[in-house]
Amino acid sequence: MKRRGAIRAVLVGVMALGIGGCVTVEAPDKPIVIELNINITQEVIYRLAEDAGDTIEENSDIF
Amino acid sequence: MLKNWKPTKTILAAAAAITAITGFTGAAYAMRDPAYAAARANGQVGEKMDGYIGIVGAETADLRRIVNDINIQRRAVYAEKAQAANATLEEYAFTAGCLLISRTTTGEMYQAYNGGWKKRDANAPDRDPRCP
Repeated sequence: MKRRGAIRAVLVGVMALGIGGCVTVEAPDKPIVIELNINITQEVIYRLAEDAGDTIEENSDIF
Repeated sequence: MLKNWKPTKTILAAAAAITAITGFTGAAYAMRDPAYAAARANGQVGEKMDGYIGIVGAETADLRRIVNDINIQRRAVYAEKAQAANATLEEYAFTAGCLLISRTTTGEMYQAYNGGWKKRDANAPDRDPRCP
């Protein structure tokens, strides 16, 4: 019974593909740029500012 | 006399602690490497918005070495401090970038809000509006 159900499901899937045709994916002509900085909120920046300022002063040789 | 000794002791203790934590055996408040300082002053490297430095003009092997060396060290510091502050590495680095662009001196290069390089002049730098 189970196997018959599975076969039916596969057949339905194949039929659906036949009706729907091919799915085409076109590559964009422009490069995809992921802007990570855009998710950083001003609230977080203000919270971290004092700590970051101390860090810069404590490691002045690399800043 | 005793009063004058206190800050020195504190600084020495801090230096010892930093040495213990990082394994870094130089002075705690060291100066910039002369090659890095020169590249900054000449405008060959600039402060980016993301908290790291970048090469401004033509890339050379020496400039690439300086930039990579500084950025690797910055990344390690950002990562440690970000974790302590419950922030992401990018958030912490970006915040530092805001401050570092503010702290550039006249003639040094920085990445403006539009992404291009700008030379720092007497005016306030052109920063991301989210910067404090």
